[in-house]
Amino acid sequence: MSARLVDALKRLAPQLIALAVILALNAAVSRGFFDIQFQNGRLYGSLIDVLNRGAPVAILSIGMTLVIATRGIDLSVGAVMAICGAVGASLIAGGYSLPATLAATIGIGLICGLWNGALVALLDIQPIIATLILMVAGRGIAQLVTEGVILTFNDASFIFIGSGAALGLPMPVLIWVALGIVVALLVRSTALGLLIEAVGVNRRASSLAGVDSRSLLLAVYATSGLCAAVAGIIAAADIKGADANNAGLWLELDAILAVVIGGTSLLGGRFSIIGSLIGAMIIQSVNTGILLSGFPPEFNLIIKAAIIVVILVVQSPASRSLWTFVRPERRREPRQVERVAR
Amino acid sequence: MKNWKLSAGAALIASLVATSAMAAGMTVGFSQIGSESGWRAAETSVTKQEAEKRGVDLKFADAQQKQENQIKAIRSFIAQGVDAILLAPVVATGWDQVLQEAKEAEIPVVLLDRQIDAPDSLYLTAVTSDQVHEGKVAGDWLVKEVGDKECNVVELQGTTGSSPAINRKKGFEEALAGHDNIKITRSQTGDFTRTKGKEVMESFIKAEGGGKNICALYAHNDDMAVGAIQAIKEAGLKPGTDIKVVSIDAVPDIFQAMANGEANATVELTPNMAGPAFDALEKFKADGTEPKKWIQTESKLYTQSDDPMKVYEEKKGLGY
Repeated sequence: MSARLVDALKRLAPQLIALAVILALNAAVSRGFFDIQFQNGRLYGSLIDVLNRGAPVAILSIGMTLVIATRGIDLSVGAVMAICGAVGASLIAGGYSLPATLAATIGIGLICGLWNGALVALLDIQPIIATLILMVAGRGIAQLVTEGVILTFNDASFIFIGSGAALGLPMPVLIWVALGIVVALLVRSTALGLLIEAVGVNRRASSLAGVDSRSLLLAVYATSGLCAAVAGIIAAADIKGADANNAGLWLELDAILAVVIGGTSLLGGRFSIIGSLIGAMIIQSVNTGILLSGFPPEFNLIIKAAIIVVILVVQSPASRSLWTFVRPERRREPRQVERVAR
Repeated sequence: MKNWKLSAGAALIASLVATSAMAAGMTVGFSQIGSESGWRAAETSVTKQEAEKRGVDLKFADAQQKQENQIKAIRSFIAQGVDAILLAPVVATGWDQVLQEAKEAEIPVVLLDRQIDAPDSLYLTAVTSDQVHEGKVAGDWLVKEVGDKECNVVELQGTTGSSPAINRKKGFEEALAGHDNIKITRSQTGDFTRTKGKEVMESFIKAEGGGKNICALYAHNDDMAVGAIQAIKEAGLKPGTDIKVVSIDAVPDIFQAMANGEANATVELTPNMAGPAFDALEKFKADGTEPKKWIQTESKLYTQSDDPMKVYEEKKGLGY
């Protein structure tokens, strides 16, 4: 077990180092970044903000990781967030109970995911196009649900999901950590993960080998829809309202980025949910760091892009081989090279 | 029609009755951008109300944020031979051709809410707010409110580079000029959304000693202020008291916050752009009076003493 843990840490070393460097940079630009107090029954501080604000992208990245592992992509998650937020807000504002609202909202997310899955698995439409349909249409559907306004609600139990706290941590943090652990265990302690990777490497070959790739793809896209529904509920509960225009806007891109930073290949066949979650935290650390730094907002996107370019360049295969090239003495000991480079 | 009879019966001043009578029977085409925001939905419903009040037959066309749809709508209004056209332009450029056609058909065009890059001979007038002035009204309120006390202000800007963000910032800074006790210590974009407003305010509070060093928040729109108010509350501070909140737009939700004492002031971006436009059109149709090329709408300041709950009830039904 401990050997497996060491192995996992080794594999995630680039992501963990990147996260540590970004956090150190944040501490440099903002004094008291690591200060954590206990206030109003929960931990309170910038570090907690990173965990909390990163929740939507972290949750989306869980589903996105599985989709990308099958060599697919899900562009619709941001729009599905908006739909689910709108549905949740209108139900809770309409007087339905919390369990009924949550069940209906998550059900809608699953249906959205199954729609994508059906286009990809049954009709063999390329994932980027199949999910683009819902990405475009979804925001319109969400606006139909909210009738073009920001739909507000005052139900304390629903709001609790977005801004409440339990065990000293904000609810969104608990939700993404729990969801990440459950999904990671589900795919890694069973053969499910292996089958998903098999479909990603070569769908036809895995079908011939007896993998039910259709059901698997449907399940994977449905999971992504479910994750989007959970993220949508959190986003709506956080601001006590469903904003169909802006909820989840561009978050599909952040989720894809988190997955890529996390070391999952867009070519499918290899994935790491924990890596994606760390990737989501890296992105949010950059965002929070920029906000805390006090730089003028005109620089926000440039800084973010520059940091991400650095991370991706450092992680790229080419720079790994360059690393072995500039350290020739390591080339003679291939095993050590492997350890340093990874 | 019923409304008109009622108001006439209520013995309004004679001139008003005269212009109402003039407007009655006028057919006006209205090309609206779409329904991108709550404010625009309110503008649409107020325009319809104003038209009904004056007995104007309003032909409404929703362009779904596309200029080509607006151009098509204007051409169809010209073909139908309307008396006037209201245009809320989605972009600033590319209007010369179609406005020329309207001019040749002798149909006056009034721009609502936004200006365009075209010779001003092509339209009758433009009815818009002055965004710099809006920022200044907000700033003036703060200057008066804090007096001589030291005050550190944090600012939630609109989408970086958008004209309301640039102008509302400029106007606010103009109002603060010469009052060295009030300083903007942090300024960051919240993209005009609640979510970002909340997130950015959280970081402001962390960066400014748990919010102790912040005396006031200036948000470029109410939605960001509503998000920020939640962040202030979650940090264990009282919005409206510990941190004063002033913003712009006057959407219904901010009035609810003001009624709860959680927001202090808002500057109205009135959704009633059509009222002044109809007034100008009526005068123009009656005796050919050319209005000024720019009609500035009022930027009214609302505070907690303006019975926010009543305004909330009034605004709620407008589709914000």
